[in-house]
Amino acid sequence: MNDGTQAVEQALSESSTPKPATETKHVKILNRDVNVFYGEKHALKHVDLDIYEHEVTALIGPSGCGKSTFLRCLNRMNDVIDSCRVAGTIEIDQTDIYTSGLDVVQLRARVGMVFQKPNPFPKSIFDNVAYGPRIHGTAQNKSEVEEIVRTSLERAGLWKEVHDRLDQPGTGLSGGQQQRLCIARAIAVNPEVILMDEPCSALDPIATAKIEELIDELRENYTIVIVTHSMQQAARVSQRTAFFHLGDLVEVDQTDSMFTNPKDSRTQGYITGRFG
Amino acid sequence: MQTLILIFVVLGLATIGYMSGRGRAILVSGGAPKTLHSLPSYYGTYSAFWIAIPALLVLTIWLFIEPKLIQAWVMGGLPDSLTGDLAADRLGLLLNDIRNLASGNIVSRDVDPALQAAADRLITLQAAGFWLMVALVVLVGIGGFLLARSRITPDLRARNSVERTVNIILIISSLIAILTTVGIVFSLIFESFRFFVQVPFYEFLFGLNWSPQTALRADQVGSSGAFGAVPLFMGTLLITLIAMAVAAPIGLMSAVYMAEYADPRFRAIAKPLLEVLAGIPTVVYGFFAALTVAPFFRNTGEAIGLDVASESALAAGVVMGIMIIPFVSSLSDDVINAVPQSLRDGSYGLGATKSETIRSVVVPAALPGIVGALLLATSRAIGETMIVVMAAGLAANLTLNPLEAVTTVTVQIVTLLVGDQEFDSAKTLSAFALGLVLFIVTLALNVIALSVVRKYREKYD
Repeated sequence: MNDGTQAVEQALSESSTPKPATETKHVKILNRDVNVFYGEKHALKHVDLDIYEHEVTALIGPSGCGKSTFLRCLNRMNDVIDSCRVAGTIEIDQTDIYTSGLDVVQLRARVGMVFQKPNPFPKSIFDNVAYGPRIHGTAQNKSEVEEIVRTSLERAGLWKEVHDRLDQPGTGLSGGQQQRLCIARAIAVNPEVILMDEPCSALDPIATAKIEELIDELRENYTIVIVTHSMQQAARVSQRTAFFHLGDLVEVDQTDSMFTNPKDSRTQGYITGRFG
Repeated sequence: MQTLILIFVVLGLATIGYMSGRGRAILVSGGAPKTLHSLPSYYGTYSAFWIAIPALLVLTIWLFIEPKLIQAWVMGGLPDSLTGDLAADRLGLLLNDIRNLASGNIVSRDVDPALQAAADRLITLQAAGFWLMVALVVLVGIGGFLLARSRITPDLRARNSVERTVNIILIISSLIAILTTVGIVFSLIFESFRFFVQVPFYEFLFGLNWSPQTALRADQVGSSGAFGAVPLFMGTLLITLIAMAVAAPIGLMSAVYMAEYADPRFRAIAKPLLEVLAGIPTVVYGFFAALTVAPFFRNTGEAIGLDVASESALAAGVVMGIMIIPFVSSLSDDVINAVPQSLRDGSYGLGATKSETIRSVVVPAALPGIVGALLLATSRAIGETMIVVMAAGLAANLTLNPLEAVTTVTVQIVTLLVGDQEFDSAKTLSAFALGLVLFIVTLALNVIALSVVRKYREKYD
């Protein structure tokens, strides 16, 4: 039953980037006693979690453990669901994002999101990326929009593949390209944090590898929180891992120590493949 | 009537055949139905098919051929003094008289012995023919029954035969529906052709004057008979435009509200209510337009110094627009609902507001379906008759002023064919030409609508 751990250890040893020391890190998102209720159901219980700047934080755990729910709290996407109620404190750069005066539109411009299934709009590749800058009015004229689209696509590693067909529909790209287009679309708004909800679960291994490489590059400029089902993926891309189970945050630690030396028996059970 | 009884007899035979075939199958299996190739009921259906289908087929053929045969025999038996060298239509009249005499109706000429003899002959032949038909049909039915019975063995693939027969019956049913449509189209084309022999094609399509009264006598006054259909086309276009100007914005906006903003409970009540609009008979809309809306527009017009006709294009168009709102809103609502939630989430995730998301993502994604809905509503508006008959008037004015009375293609077809008509005058035949134009336009709109929807439909899974 140790196959899982071995694969993870291998992934850890393959991970090329050196893990920076966390003591000097700035806490980007501070969560204290976060609770989420869907109607009567207590979906997320008393979560205290610090997310550090310029790090990739992976949220892992079995299905229904609340990791996606937690992710969607960070840009208030849960507001869309009527029966959902969020309690507790979530601060980004010392600002509570659930205070009444906060503009959700501005919050979501600061905290971008990439979804499980690639969801490009039924528009051209160019218009997909230009969507955010246009609605936020960040670009003053056409050439600025073009510049943003170009840099966003470059950062998402898609420019070389699509630069000669920007006017073609984004839905015509392959699954992996679509997901990178969605990442470019999120980058174009120039966010500080990017949330990724199982961004590779609909992709083949080669496209997954490209996205993971991209995530590692994006870490320099952005703070990334990623939900993943694959422990190997968590080991490969993240510096910090949080394990959720049945709505509880069981354990959070640096990724390499979490996978080599889990403190909680449930964490150990999950990462060695005994359940989940 | 007697034929109907015969059909029931055949169906009764088929039912007996079903029972018997089923029983026979169980019998030949030696009390172990599992050894049969198919379920026992398939053997029953197999027998029933063998009885009903050949018998009904024979019945149909007989009913087609018998009258012709009898007619030939009766006419052949007439003395030359009666038939002489009459033309075909005169012969037809003679035959009609013989039939009337046989069935005891009024006859349009003196009854002489030869005619009486022919009528008697007709009665005998018909009676003999009927009993011959009964015998033949029942015989064929029993023959089919015996054949099926002898064929039932445990190895008979009854299920396969039954499935194949059902398949053929289904194909024939759909063929009947398609061929009927084709027949209507051809009838339109042929009658229109007869019209275009009398009135030149270009005069009909491009003439500016519509006055379909034709003279019965050469010296009649006021029956010029002008068949320029442009005023009708313009009237139809004007009213359709007004209707769409009402229905498109209201229908679309209510669809957006229903799909995106409305509380589910409100939606559950409001959507069926809106669809009730589509269930109101058009004649009700018609008198609503003629008695309520048109006078309202005229009085309002008077109040602000406008000259509005009592039967204005505006009144008819507005009411027609209200009628087609549910077509637009219901179809658009469906396509907006079909836009995947992931697209909305994607837009919200980029910081778009709800209205930005609807305007920039949801509506463009649903656009092909919305265009299709609008085109279907347009073709509905063009073909709509009752409202315009009652509210738009008969005057074929060539105008684009919505405050004047106009007339439409459908209204003219109605007026041309209401009451007693001679079926070879240009006046009557022009209705077929108008119908053909109407058919081509609505067909084209439907084809375009469907292909637009199909071509630009995004593949969401």
